Amino acid sequence: MHLCDLSVLELSRMLRAGEVSALEITESCLRRIEVVDGIPGRLDHVESEQDNTRVHAFITVTPDSARKQASEIDLKLAAGEDVGPLAGIPFSVKDVFCVENTPSTAASRILANFTSPYTAATVQRMLAAGAVMVGKVNLDEFTFGSSNESSAFQPSPRNPWNTAHVPGGSSGGSAASVAAGEAHLSLGTDTAGSIRQPAAFCGVVGMKPTYGRVSRYGLIAFGSSLDCPGPVARSAADAALMMNAIAGEDSKDATTARVLVPDYTQSLDRDLRGMRIGLSPDFLQITYPDPDSGDYSQQPVPEEMQRAVMEAAEIYRDLGAEIIENVPMPNTKYGIPAYFVISRVEAASNLHRFDGVKYGYRTKNPVRDLKELYQRSRGEGFGLQPKLRILMGMYVSAAQYSEQYYQRALRVRTLIRHDYDQAFDPNGKYRLNALLTPTTPTTAFPVKDVFGDSVMMQYADQLTVTANHAGTPGISFPSGFDPVGLPIGIQLLGADFSEDLLLQLTHAYEQATADAEWRKRRPPLLEEV
Amino acid sequence: MPERTEEITPEVFNHLVELAALALNEKEAEYLRSELNKQLSAVHELEAIELDENIPPASHGVPYPADHKPTLRADVWRPFHQTADITAQAPQFEDGYLIVPEIPHTTLE
Repeated sequence: MHLCDLSVLELSRMLRAGEVSALEITESCLRRIEVVDGIPGRLDHVESEQDNTRVHAFITVTPDSARKQASEIDLKLAAGEDVGPLAGIPFSVKDVFCVENTPSTAASRILANFTSPYTAATVQRMLAAGAVMVGKVNLDEFTFGSSNESSAFQPSPRNPWNTAHVPGGSSGGSAASVAAGEAHLSLGTDTAGSIRQPAAFCGVVGMKPTYGRVSRYGLIAFGSSLDCPGPVARSAADAALMMNAIAGEDSKDATTARVLVPDYTQSLDRDLRGMRIGLSPDFLQITYPDPDSGDYSQQPVPEEMQRAVMEAAEIYRDLGAEIIENVPMPNTKYGIPAYFVISRVEAASNLHRFDGVKYGYRTKNPVRDLKELYQRSRGEGFGLQPKLRILMGMYVSAAQYSEQYYQRALRVRTLIRHDYDQAFDPNGKYRLNALLTPTTPTTAFPVKDVFGDSVMMQYADQLTVTANHAGTPGISFPSGFDPVGLPIGIQLLGADFSEDLLLQLTHAYEQATADAEWRKRRPPLLEEV
Repeated sequence: MPERTEEITPEVFNHLVELAALALNEKEAEYLRSELNKQLSAVHELEAIELDENIPPASHGVPYPADHKPTLRADVWRPFHQTADITAQAPQFEDGYLIVPEIPHTTLE
C-alpha cells in the first residue's frame, strides 16, 4: 500500500499529525503516474499494441506546479497556518476545465494549442481548499462519447481493471486516474452520465450534483442546460469532502442556485431507519436499437446488474430502510431520444465559437476568404463526434423542424421531470428518499467494440441521462464485479439538492460491505507496483 | 434499412454542412450522414408519446424559484488582469487587431 492508495480522510489525518508531508503524498501520485500511465494522450499518435497495456489517463501532467503547491502546504503546516480541508490531497482535472497557464484542450485538435488565461471556479475552489493539481486528464472530444475513444489525444484512457477495455466516458480519464491511484480525487462533468458511467466502469464513486449546485464557470460547454461538474473519488466520504469544496453559489455563473450548502461529511453516519428507497421496473430494463432493422426492443438488464441492485436493496432493508417496489418512471425510455435532440441543439450553439479566429486551431491551407477559413479550420479541427453533434443540432432546431423535434423533446423533458417529482414528492404516493438502479446497461466494453456506432454508444447512458434532463442528483458506487472481473456500479438518484442523503446512503452501503471479498480486489495493473 | 432512415438526403446534408461551416471529405460525409439518419430513427421514438398541449417545454429540469436565484454581480467594469494572455491565443493578431482573410460581402436585394 502506497500513500497514493490511501483515502483522503486518512491522509488528511496523517498530514496533520506530521506523519507524512504533502510533498510525499504528491510524489507518491507522480510516481504512480510514471509507472502505470504510459505515454500521455497526444495528437497524431500511431496506434500500437503497447496502448492496451497502460492507463493513459493524462493529457498533461503538471509535476512542477504540483510539487510547488505541495511544498507551500508543508511550509504553512510547519508555520502552524491554516491549510484548508483538502490540504495536500492530489487531484486530477478533466481537460474540459480551464486552468490558467495550462493547455485546456477539451481533447480536441481545435483547442490543442489553447492555453487558458484563467481558471475555472471549481478548480479554483479545490486549490483554495489546499488540494494539489497533478494534471489534466483525457476525455471524449468535447465530452462527446461514453468510452473516451473519440479523444483527439491518443492513446485514449484504458480501464485500470482491464486495459483492453474502455474506462467509460466522458470523464474516463478522471475515473481511470482515481481507480489507478494516480490521483485521490478528480473533477469531472456529467451531461448524460459522464461522471457516473465511467465511475461504474472503473469501480469508483462518481456523483452528478443537482444542476446549479456546482458552478460551470470556466467549463468548456457542451449542453449548457445539462452539464454538471462533480466529484470522482474512491469513497463516499472522500466525495463528500470534495463536494464541501466545490458546491455553492457562484457570482460568475447565474445558473448556480442560492441554496445552503451543508457539510456533506456531517450526515454520513446518520441512521437509515425510516428512509424510503425505491426500485423501478423502468430502470431494470434496457432499450436497444437493432443494428440491422433499426427497430428498438426492450430487454432486462444483465442478471449480474439486477442481482447487484437487489442485494443492495437487501442491505438497505437490513439497515432499517424501507424498500418501495414498482415505482413507475415510465418516461425513462425516452431519455436518450430526447437527449439526441436537446443536447445536440445546445452543443451546436456552443461549438459555433470555435472559428480559427480568436483562439485555437486555424487551418494552414490557403483560403480565399473568411468563410473558407471557418470551414477549413472547423473541418480540420473538429473530430467526427463534434461534427455529428453540430449537424444534428442544426437540423432539429431548424425553423421548419423545430416543432417536430426540439420543442417536442423539451416537452418530453417535462414528462421526465414529472416522473421524478412524483417519485420524490414528500406528500405523494411513493415519498422516496432515493431510487436505487443499476448505473449502466453493461460493464466496461472492450476498446473498439462500440466506437463508431453513435447510437449504440449513446445508449450506454440510458440509465443515467434522465437525471440530467430532470436536473436531479445521482451517484454511482461500486457493488462488486462481473464474471470476468470488471466492476459493476449501482446508482442512487435523489430529489433536488439531496446530495447529502445520497452520500449518506452510499457511505452506509460501503460500511455494510466493508468486509466483502470483492472489496479486497485491486486492479491487476497495480500488482506490478 | 427502413425508408425513414433516409430523412437526411444528400441535399439536406449538404445544406446543413454549409450552415455549420464545416469542410468535410467524402468519407466523413458518408459516415456523418448515415449516423444522422440512424440517430433520427431513435428520435422518432418520441412520436409514440401522446403529448397533451398543456405540457409545457422544459428548458431545464430544476425549478428556479426567486429565492434560489443567485445574487447578480454589480454591473461594474472589471478589467481582466492580463489581456495579453487572451490576445496571444489568436492565430493572427497585429497592432491590436485580429487578422482574418477577405470578408465576403453579399448585397441584399
